[in-house]
Parts: sequence; C-alpha cells; structure tokens
Amino acid sequence: MSFDIQKLREEFPVLHQQINKKPFVYFDNAATTQKPRVVIERLNDYYSNENCNIHRGDYYLSRKATEAYENSRKTTQLFINAQRPSEIIFTRGATDALNLVASSFSRKFIGKGDEVLISAMEHHSNIVPWQLACQERGAKLKIIPINQSGELIMDKYYDMLNEKTRIVAITHVSNTLGTINPVRQVIKAARQKNIPVLLDGAQAVAHMKVDVSQLDCDFYCFSGHKMYGPMGVGVLYGKEEWLEQMPPYQSGGEMISNVTFAKTTFNDLPFKFEAGTPNVADVLALEQAILFVQSLKYENIEKHENNLLQYITQELQKIDKIRLIGTATEKTSVISFLFEDIHPYDTGVILDKLGIAVRTGHHCTEPLMDFFQIPGTVRAALAVYNNKKEIDLFTEGLKMVRKMLV
Amino acid sequence: MSIEDIESEVVSEFEMFEDWTDKYNYLIEQGKSVKPLEEKYKQPQYLIKGCQSQVWLHASYENGKIKFRADSDALITKGIIAFLLRVLSGRTPDEIINAKLSFIEKTGLKEHLSPTRANGLNNMIKQIKLYAMALKAKNKN
Ligand SMILES: Cc1ncc(COP(=O)(O)O)c(C=O)c1O
Repeated sequence: MSFDIQKLREEFPVLHQQINKKPFVYFDNAATTQKPRVVIERLNDYYSNENCNIHRGDYYLSRKATEAYENSRKTTQLFINAQRPSEIIFTRGATDALNLVASSFSRKFIGKGDEVLISAMEHHSNIVPWQLACQERGAKLKIIPINQSGELIMDKYYDMLNEKTRIVAITHVSNTLGTINPVRQVIKAARQKNIPVLLDGAQAVAHMKVDVSQLDCDFYCFSGHKMYGPMGVGVLYGKEEWLEQMPPYQSGGEMISNVTFAKTTFNDLPFKFEAGTPNVADVLALEQAILFVQSLKYENIEKHENNLLQYITQELQKIDKIRLIGTATEKTSVISFLFEDIHPYDTGVILDKLGIAVRTGHHCTEPLMDFFQIPGTVRAALAVYNNKKEIDLFTEGLKMVRKMLV
Repeated sequence: MSIEDIESEVVSEFEMFEDWTDKYNYLIEQGKSVKPLEEKYKQPQYLIKGCQSQVWLHASYENGKIKFRADSDALITKGIIAFLLRVLSGRTPDEIINAKLSFIEKTGLKEHLSPTRANGLNNMIKQIKLYAMALKAKNKN
C-alpha cells in the first residue's frame, strides 16, 4: 500500500498557493523541502509554551526543555541507528557539521604530506572546508574522478587509497545529479586500510533509510531543512572513538566542564561540540520531521519517488534538444538537464513566470559543471509530496520555454 | 532626446503588453537584435561575472560620449542589456552618472536586477557608472 498523496499534500501549507496566478509547483526540494504542519506547530508550541534555556536552570520549564532536547537526540540516534546518543551532535546544518569535522579532525590527525580524498561531485560545503584544512596542515586534497554518467570511478578510487590517506569525505547522494554513491564499497575499501570515511548525507536522509551502524561509516551529516525539518539545525554523527579524540571546534559556554583563567577542561560528548546556547526550538522541530518521515515509511517514499523519477525522465526525453546531466543507474528523484540551445538561466526565468520553482545554475558544484563543460543545469528535485500532475505542468512549461526562446 | 525621454519611451512600449508572455517575447526579440560582441571582446578583461549568466561589456570614448557594447550568454539577460544600452550608450559621463534608470522598476524588469539574480546585470550597471565616473575625474585633471 502506498500513501494518499493528496492527503499528504494537505500537511504542507506552502504548497497551496498561486504564483503569477498559476498553481505553485515546487521542484527545488534539493535546496530545501517544505515543512509539514507538525514541524511548524512544534516551533510555535515551543516558543508559546516551553521556551527556556536548557542544561542550566534548575526549574520546571528548563528541566522540561532540557529533557525534550535530549529526547530529540535519542530520536535522531534511533533514526540513523547510531550506537549512542552522545554520538549525535546538533549543528546548524550540514555545512556546519562538515566544517566541524574538517577543522577539528585535521588539527589532530592531518599533517604535512598527508592526503584527503573527496570526489568530483561534491557540494562546495564538502570541498572548501577540506581545502582550507589541507592548506593549513600542508596536506593534499585528492579528487576521486567520475564518469560521464556522473558515477564515481571506483577503480580509480581504490588506487588512490594509500598510507598517506587520512580521511575519505564524499557525498552519499549528489545534489546536482542525484547519483547515489556506492558508499558500502567506498567504506569497505577504506576500512581495509583503517581510513575513516565521512558521508555527506544532506541529499540522502529524506529519500532513503540510513543506518550508520550497518554502513560502518565514521562520520555522517545532514541538514534538517532538506528533510522536511526547520532551517538552522543539522546533525553530525561521529563514532565516539573519533569524537573523543578530536579537539573542540568552537568554545564558550555549555562545552566546558571547568574554567579558570589558567586552564579549561572540556565537557563530555556530545556537549564538547555544542558550544553556546543550542537551537532548542529547531532541534525539537527536527524531531517532528524525523517522526513524520518515519510515519510515511521509507519503502513508500522510495516507491513513490522512483515512480516520479521514471515518469519525469520519460517525459523529458520526449522534448527536443534536452541533454540530461547525470544518468547514473542508482539515482534519487533529482533530474538535471539543459537545452542544447537555451541557457539554463533563460529556462529558469520562464518557468518562474509559470509558477514553477526549479533551480538553475551550478548548484554549488562548480567543479562538476567544469567536468561536464556546461555553465549550469536546470534541476528538478522532487520530494514525496510531488505528483504526476505537477510533472505535466513542468513539461508543458518546458515546451513553452522552447516556443519562446528558440 | 534626453535619457529620461528614452526611459519613458521604453516604459510606454512595455505598457502596451498586458500579458507577461508578450512582454517577454518582446524582451527576447530585443535580445536577439543585439549585435553579438566580437570574440576578441569576449575575454576575461571584459567579463562581468554573474553566478549564472555572463555579461561582457566594452566601452569606448569619443567626442565626449561613451559608447557601450555588451553581450551575454543568456538571451533574457541580453534583452535587458538591449534596453540598458539604448538608454545609456552614447551619452556623456555626466548624463550616465545622473541617470536614475527608473524604467527598470516601471517596466517590471527589476526582478532581474535583484542581488540574488545572479546574471551579472547589477554589476554591469555598476561598471557602466564607474566608467563614467572615472572618465569624468580624468577629464577634470
Ligand atoms: C550534498 C550537500 N551537501 C551539503 C549541503 C549544505 O547544506 P546546508 O546549506 O544545509 O548546510 C548541501 C546543500 O545544498 C548539499 O546538497
């Protein structure tokens, strides 16, 4: 049994509006997803009835808020099947989590002449922090190449792993291409050489079940806002053995155990990595997003999104001069393309006039655009609340684009 | 005609269209009519980088007036370039510096010039104004 999409759409207030007198079609879900009522209400509820600083005040509401915050950590732990709640660090998002690891891990474990492996399809958030860290440590950033379909060339990857490799940091799912990387093989090969692996799961968690214990990855991160949760909160999972050894990233309140002017001792995990007043409201709303996704069940999500992907791919191929970018065998419901004779920017402008929201440009993956030698793509990233009717409006829109611009 | 006269001419041209498609068809038509910049000017020193579409701008100064030519890889961007050139090219530095460019707002083209529209047009206008200011300063000395 799959679910009732119409009913599901009712849960998302944003979807029910007109843009330029046309029904709003939202296909920019890889940038951020819309929020269901439960998430919006949780935010409202927290600020209306429960707002307090946590881990500090010994009074009723503060204790309650602390408990709720730590409960969300447990929900998150179970969500990705981490071994302990203390392995879940709340961050501002995936970018923040990646910066945390790149900065803290490199200070302890990366030195002159060492190597860090990332892939050619990384988001800038998983490139630049490593670039900076490598510069600082005198290490080398190595790029795992991809093929024309937008898949990692695994043989090259295996060859690149060596005794100088300190960490492999790659995306689980590509935001531009939708490619699902063979992360099990990636991890297995690294494991044989005792090299830790970080997975950027920003584009994965809304679409597929992630089990960090089964994957046996060392770090995993994602943003709440790309999985129906609020903006401003994300998660870093790290194996305790790594997090224990890593130095603090930011410092201040909450992350300390004792402070004197001579010396500070740091708090235990996870608090060592959560300096300052945490983003309590968003952490609580993130928990609602997790429960929401779990209530839909991943098998239903995958089935529905796969249907949409097949349909949109088939419909796009009927239109003249379309070039698909990213044709991996394993894909999420993201489709990137461009017209051979129309700039992606122009396509985006006309679609916008038709009430259709897609992303055009390089999608924060400039090196990937250079690889394909294109200025950018038009990207339709579908989520669980999208339907075939919207895809029809979209393909109608593309025909209009051709009519106007060619 | 003064810059303001041309601006109001452009505004009334756009007012003829009720439907956005007619307006954009007109814009695209104008874009197609812009004479492409020769390859020798499509070089990094003439490039105004936008995040998505690129703009190349070339300026020459003759008889007290600045002549601009420009091009873009995106057609809608080029359409807006056509109007900017119509209004600003062949003018004295003072005229350019003082141009209010209110037609952009009045024609509804402003959405293409918001800082988040990464098409290089905002920077193109900035660059045009800078040219004019630099020439004015130079003329004084
Ligand atoms: C693959 C990937 N990694 C990281 C990020 C950064 O996420 P955020 O901007 O939420 O920190 C994104 C966002 O687009 C992404 O798609």
